[in-house]
Amino acid sequence: MDNNQSSAHIMVHDLTMAYGDFVIQHDLNFSITRGEIFIIMGGSGCGKSTLLRHLVGLMTPAQGKVCYGEKDYWAASQEERDSINRRMGILYQSGALWSSMTLAENVALALHEYTDLSAGQIEDIVALKLALVGLAGFEKYLPSEISGGMRKRAGLARAMALDPDILFFDEPSAGLDPISAKLLDDLILEIRDSMGTTIVIVTHELASIFAIGDNSVFLDAETKTIIAKGNPNILLAESPDARVRQFLTRGIQENA
Amino acid sequence: MATAAHIHIESTGSGSYQVAWFGDWTKQSSAPDTNQYLDQIAGDESCDLIVLDGQAVTDWDILFVSVLYKFTEYALRNNITLEYQGIPEGAQRLLKLATAVPERKGARKTDEKKRLFRRVGEKVLEVGDEANKMVHFLGQSVNSLRRFVRGEAQFRDIEFAVVIQQVGAEALPIVSLISVLVGMILAYVGALQLEPFGAEIYVADLVGLGVTREMGAMMTAVIMAGRSGAAFASQLGTMQVNEEIDALKTMGFSPIDFLVLPRMVALIMMLPLLCLYADFMGVLGGALVGVMTLDISLFEYYTQARSAIGFGDILAGLIKSIVFGVLVALAGCMRGIQCGRSASAVGDATTSAVVTGIVLIVVSDAMLTIIYDVVGL
Repeated sequence: MDNNQSSAHIMVHDLTMAYGDFVIQHDLNFSITRGEIFIIMGGSGCGKSTLLRHLVGLMTPAQGKVCYGEKDYWAASQEERDSINRRMGILYQSGALWSSMTLAENVALALHEYTDLSAGQIEDIVALKLALVGLAGFEKYLPSEISGGMRKRAGLARAMALDPDILFFDEPSAGLDPISAKLLDDLILEIRDSMGTTIVIVTHELASIFAIGDNSVFLDAETKTIIAKGNPNILLAESPDARVRQFLTRGIQENA
Repeated sequence: MATAAHIHIESTGSGSYQVAWFGDWTKQSSAPDTNQYLDQIAGDESCDLIVLDGQAVTDWDILFVSVLYKFTEYALRNNITLEYQGIPEGAQRLLKLATAVPERKGARKTDEKKRLFRRVGEKVLEVGDEANKMVHFLGQSVNSLRRFVRGEAQFRDIEFAVVIQQVGAEALPIVSLISVLVGMILAYVGALQLEPFGAEIYVADLVGLGVTREMGAMMTAVIMAGRSGAAFASQLGTMQVNEEIDALKTMGFSPIDFLVLPRMVALIMMLPLLCLYADFMGVLGGALVGVMTLDISLFEYYTQARSAIGFGDILAGLIKSIVFGVLVALAGCMRGIQCGRSASAVGDATTSAVVTGIVLIVVSDAMLTIIYDVVGL
């Protein structure tokens, strides 16, 4: 077992994803190291978000395994899966805030259910989490009363409620202006650096990929599998695969 | 004036074709359909060169480019060499753009016509699949109810209270209106038959029994299917679209406990209460007709109705309303939870919830009426 495997936080073995008989991606193999920012990239419709749904337990693999540490997620009992899920936070594309609850209630729900903290302590933690994402004072707002970017940040505060070991982001920059997207990138880096959280991001936003990605996999829609792995900046400079270089240069290099 | 558009195709040697366009190829020029020309080339398997000649084209727009694209795309797909002669530069640029991203293999859908047997078979399998989903959902809901009884279910009390208010108190105005009107209709229909015999007073019996045994529970349930069942389906369906249900699942919350249970319990609690209220309002509607048009005094009507309606009649209606409550809640929540991930899917789920709810109400009502008859209730 090499060094990389020994510190692997998530390992994906021979994963095949399918809707019924229609295979989305097959034979995916990669590992995500503890504390790294890992990018899942590829063109639209290649199955990036589907891979994320498999990693977080929303979809069952057609074949293969997803392991958290030593534990095979799909071979584990429901209780063990719930316990793995409680160690992860997910920021969905739309924020996915529960619309009937205020921002504070959204963040507090998991704390109420899964910790023995007092109501006052939970209130303090909620205030801090919202302040960390730049939403101090918005505790009593409903999701419908704030902007899309703010909903995304509130979704991040909720994802961080239980101080997870792993944070998943599904297209975090989608629908954000460049400045908000850059601020979100900075926030992601800050979370990783200060808390050592493993970060997994599904995106095709090149600026983010190069700015914060430590490691990555590239999913190809044509061959339906991974065609490149590694640090995105190194892939840009050294990938022998024209499709990867074309993607990472917005096609400019290939057309020149 | 526009020159009439036409196309000429000729074989210029073994496997090579020259396709030439003449005149105005614009949307206004009544240009001919070109499929037959492509079919001519497609019929020759030895074809390895196509020359597209636009030198004689006097005017063109996107229609011309679409025809060129058809030939170009065919040539690319079949590895046939393509040459352009006198094709306008603008058209060539558009063709280059259209062919820049190659067609994804296997992406094109074929318009296969399904045979009758296959279509019938698929529909039958769909029904089986649907029944399977219903049983699965029913099982999950029963498990959730069991956890609720044991006090282990996770849901927010405030959400439960809000649903109770929505399905209970907020439904009172519409239930009042419909029940009074149903009582009045029954009274008018009864009076028409009873008046010739001078037996108008028995309108109180007819309305009383009709409302308490049947119409009170049935009409309340139909209102609830249209009002609360539809609301449940659209609320849960929208949560599915917005990934809110995914967020619950991945945080370890059961969507059935969290979303379905409070709605189901609220409706099971509120429907019998609304049914009692509807019974009262229905009898009141009958009394209005009796007092105003049949010259029966309010006291007479009250005495007659009291003697006609027994505890068993009210109980029969109440039992029905509890069953209806379960069915309406199940139909609404099931359609919402099983909703697809698009805006139109939410509309479909809502419609389906109402239809399923009303069908289940009527079918179960018929079954209960037969059972009552057998057991003598």
